[in-house]
Amino acid sequence: MNKHISEQFDEELQSARTLMMEMGGLLEQQLKNAHEALLSQNAEKALSVIEVEKQVNALEKELDDQCIQIIARRQPAASDLRMMIAVLRATTDLERIGDEAKRIAKLSLQSGSHPFPDDRFADIDSLMDRVQVMVARSLDAFARSDVDNALATIELDAEVDRQYRTVMERLLRDMREKPEALELWMNMTWVTRALERIGDHAKNISEYVVYLASGEDVRHTRTNNT
Amino acid sequence: MSTATQTIDNPADPTAGLPTSIRVSDVSLYYGAAQALKSIHMEVPQKKVTAFIGPSGCGKSTLLRCFNRMNDLIDNVRITGLIELEGQDIHAPEVNVAQLRRRVGMVFQRPNPFPKSIFENVAYGMRIQGGIPRSELEDRVEWSLKMAALWEEVKDRLKETALGLSGGQQQRLVIARAVAVQPSVLLLDEPASALDPISTLKIEELIHQLKDNYTIAIVTHNMQQAARVSDFTAFLYLGELIEFGATQQIFTNPKKKRTEDYITGRYG
Repeated sequence: MNKHISEQFDEELQSARTLMMEMGGLLEQQLKNAHEALLSQNAEKALSVIEVEKQVNALEKELDDQCIQIIARRQPAASDLRMMIAVLRATTDLERIGDEAKRIAKLSLQSGSHPFPDDRFADIDSLMDRVQVMVARSLDAFARSDVDNALATIELDAEVDRQYRTVMERLLRDMREKPEALELWMNMTWVTRALERIGDHAKNISEYVVYLASGEDVRHTRTNNT
Repeated sequence: MSTATQTIDNPADPTAGLPTSIRVSDVSLYYGAAQALKSIHMEVPQKKVTAFIGPSGCGKSTLLRCFNRMNDLIDNVRITGLIELEGQDIHAPEVNVAQLRRRVGMVFQRPNPFPKSIFENVAYGMRIQGGIPRSELEDRVEWSLKMAALWEEVKDRLKETALGLSGGQQQRLVIARAVAVQPSVLLLDEPASALDPISTLKIEELIHQLKDNYTIAIVTHNMQQAARVSDFTAFLYLGELIEFGATQQIFTNPKKKRTEDYITGRYG
């Protein structure tokens, strides 16, 4: 892409993009820490996730402000406009990924979350891995305006959803069979639900990448409506 | 992806299915040896606003002036190709140029009212046409001033000189003068570039209303104006029509890199 005649405009767009990538990086770290907090019962990590969430929220507001300023002052068109819309939307999804990471961290601190049974541990661990891959790939696709990678990431969400349903069915069975551990099963249900939501947000970000790069809106399309 | 594509207009033929007002086929124009337009093909749809954008010297005003043969007035101009207005070749020998210009009215960058009264400015074209009784003349002047959204501001001073009006009012007066002879096409060459922002918005609102009755072709340097007022946008560069499409598509997702560079303010 050629440079703008206004260097200042180039700098403003670059700054918004860089800030969004920083926010994305921070969230990848948050997810990693939440994962450890939950599966290794690491309270320190959990507290760090809760603390860092404030930074995530501040970044969301700063990015919103930068985008609003650019729209008001520059009236961006074509790819510049699509970039602004994509950044604004992706920021909202990133912030919600942050909320889910915090939710998982908080649940890990609750007394009911005594060590998970091995097979449930494996379920959550694998779902955790999958959604982290989705988030990382959606951010990579965004950074490179890579439609193929974005579309592949959208496909991954179907697997996450399938796995989510399987885990939920197992948890329901656990609840019936071992109602004495209901608090544990409930906590696991919340975690599983949070992970499924993170997958949805990563899918959304990937959809914005397709819009950013090609101008096509692939949200709510048939191949993609899972 | 396939379902999303269906909602995008057919970029190969953006005006497909719409009745054509002006059809331009393989039109080239030369000023002496210099080629100002290079084999332009396009269809200007009826009762829509078509904007022509592009950097200075791209040929957009030259193309607009082809539509009512204003270039005939310039020495050393040669035009090849075919321009049809509602199916009729405008260069055919039987075409009366004065009548063509009545059907294809034009408004310029600087308002150019005659040094006459407001009434006489609007009545001018009808008087030249002749044969219109006084009472009908008055009705048509009122109608034209209403069409140009100027009536309320001038109805009590129709006999005063038009030169006393503000720039924005003068430009709407010129538009009233153009619509008074009931053209089918209005050509607007930078109609708001000499006006303040409020007058500009009034002209833009007027354009929006006029398209119910007229085909409008507008040349503008102000890209946001093109985005606001037009249904279709043509981007010209160095005499070539680079891209022609629905305005909504051109300003959100242009297909050609040159268009993208121009409307996003990049070095081409």
